[in-house]
Amino acid sequence: MSSNTFLGMPTLPVFGHGNLNATEPFPQAAHRELGNEQLRANLGHATHTIRDKRLKVVAELPDWEDMRDAGSAIKNATLANLPALLEQFETNFTARGGIIHWARDANEANQIVTALIRETGETEVVKVKSMATQEIGLNEYLEEQGIAAYETDLAELIVQLDHDKPSHILVPAIHKNRSQVREIFLREMPVVDPNLTDEPARLAEAARTHLRKKFLSAKVAISGANFGLADTGTLTVVESEGNGRMCLTLPETLITVMGIEKLLPRWEDLEVFMQLLPRSSTGERMNPYTSLWTGVTPGDGPQNVHLVMLDNGRTAALADEFGRTALNCIRCSACMNVCPVYERTGGHAYGSTYPGPIGAILSPLMTGIKSEENNSLPYASSLCGACFDACPVKINIPEILVHLRGEDVDSQRAKLKVPSQMDLMMKGAEWAFSSGAHLNLLEKGLPLGKFAAGRDKVIKKLPGLAGGWTQSRDIPAPPSQSFRQWWAKEHQPGAAAIPGNSSAGTTEGEQA
Amino acid sequence: MSAREEIMTRIKSALRDAPETPVVPREYRRASNMSAEQRLEQLVERLIDYKANVFLTPAAEAPARLAELLAGSASIVVPHGLPQAWLSRLKDVAVKNDAGALAIHVDSPEHRLTTAELDAVDAVVTASAVAVSETGTIMLDGSEDQGRRIISLVPDRHICLLTVVQIVEVLPEAIARLEATRPQTWISGPSATSDIELERVEGVHGPRTLDVIILT
Repeated sequence: MSSNTFLGMPTLPVFGHGNLNATEPFPQAAHRELGNEQLRANLGHATHTIRDKRLKVVAELPDWEDMRDAGSAIKNATLANLPALLEQFETNFTARGGIIHWARDANEANQIVTALIRETGETEVVKVKSMATQEIGLNEYLEEQGIAAYETDLAELIVQLDHDKPSHILVPAIHKNRSQVREIFLREMPVVDPNLTDEPARLAEAARTHLRKKFLSAKVAISGANFGLADTGTLTVVESEGNGRMCLTLPETLITVMGIEKLLPRWEDLEVFMQLLPRSSTGERMNPYTSLWTGVTPGDGPQNVHLVMLDNGRTAALADEFGRTALNCIRCSACMNVCPVYERTGGHAYGSTYPGPIGAILSPLMTGIKSEENNSLPYASSLCGACFDACPVKINIPEILVHLRGEDVDSQRAKLKVPSQMDLMMKGAEWAFSSGAHLNLLEKGLPLGKFAAGRDKVIKKLPGLAGGWTQSRDIPAPPSQSFRQWWAKEHQPGAAAIPGNSSAGTTEGEQA
Repeated sequence: MSAREEIMTRIKSALRDAPETPVVPREYRRASNMSAEQRLEQLVERLIDYKANVFLTPAAEAPARLAELLAGSASIVVPHGLPQAWLSRLKDVAVKNDAGALAIHVDSPEHRLTTAELDAVDAVVTASAVAVSETGTIMLDGSEDQGRRIISLVPDRHICLLTVVQIVEVLPEAIARLEATRPQTWISGPSATSDIELERVEGVHGPRTLDVIILT
């Protein structure tokens, strides 16, 4: 077989595009966001509220860990058999009158959706909150094409009215408090009660009034999907407000955009995920509304039903054996709600549509570590592991963060002709720790550190890369001798032996 | 190469290491060990927790309960397969009702109500497919006594009837009873949102009032 046979064969990985990038290094973005005290107060309040709710409803179930084990295994099985499951889903969905389109990347998906809307002759669409369409930048694309897309989820509406960007995958307006929401509504809604208060119930009512006519007259709706069931061809949208039901039921045409990894092999698998998802995301036993549809139901709901299956870097993530479980994510947001970094910086600092711990791995996996500033994301973590514990499908986020840090270091090294500061420091450390004699030699320099610290006995600024450490903390002056030096002195022949420690003395290494 | 073929090729290439398909451990609870009374009690508690109104009613008194709940209403919509007996006392409502006769619109494949007509009615009355007590969830599957999805969505008040034998404890039991390919709506309380400061408030786009009549 000549190599020509493989012409046209895609070379892997093919990375994704769209709103998946940190456009500035995370530390820089985080530094700016941390300066916003209102944001920190709002986020602190919201993330702590949801943490408590989640813990309460998770504790209600005696079999939560069994469910996590099942969820994790189902998702791993899905990835392992993805081609067959996609074909099975396609057959079942199509058999019931649904039409499937495939999109290699964000741009192709946007073009498909636009063409489908154009076919209907409409210039307005209503939208159910969807991460996939955020990722591909669909709203902006449609606007350029002269199509107005109205977000109908309350938090998305707040963000859209405020011309802002989402900062959380479940509650995109988590960074706004009630009085800020009230101000946005008063400023941006064409018809609004001027006496609107900042009570959440009144604000929800204002959203109802604002969108009611749109829902009742909409001809085209766009949605995402939480799950696609391969053995039945069924799609699922999980929501709270009824805006999802409105979009999925009233219009004539429904266009759904779904990542290829969203499948579950069997109908029964839904029993696991519909317990894991609501409790992990909003901390409810069950979300108010869940809609399920399989292709077209004659006389009930949209009669033109389309599904766009999206790659956009998912296959690149799948090709990474150590990172692919990131694709098991069900977008519950539990990881960001428990993350000490997210809680303080907020979602905007991550740049990508997917913020927080899952975003810090998913974004670089989908775009490649070298895309824009995405190599800074795997460092946006103290590796405390709270995200792993909270994840309903047990994605080992800390492990993947470390793996991606390794990828970053390797890719940086490949770029440089001369060794970097980090390389030199690591080389130095390798030498120092390779023998006791080397370390002894270095430890002789300790008094120098004391000298550098001066009278106030702290070092305020280290040079070079190490300066990152002293940016927000001082280093106390080093002692004049190391523990090893002290030990050797204490255990010289004739020195008092430590009672009860018969093996006290120098080790072999130290005699060298 | 079509996008479909190309994506399939990419996936197969990404899975070159042939990852193992794990056996799915299903140690979680798949059947109830509660009595029917316990399930009923749990469902009532959880429905009320999510701000639904719950009425325990002997089956024979269903018509009277409906008439009582609909007093003061001007019009309702019902799916064509709703048991007619349930509606037998609504004539009395019409007599007592100051607004005149209670208009009962029947939505059927032959006569489908328009969105505007549905928006004008006060309430919808439906049966249900199955209910999960642990989560306080009622499932509708579009059967003739539940109707098209739109009729239980647009009216601002949903009166939903279910019988005790339809109550299961855990979600897997409900999944076993439901047919995946029917258009379904799972309802847990009235429309709500947690989008402002993650505090749950009821009443957004779906029916703002959910009345559940459980026939005992």
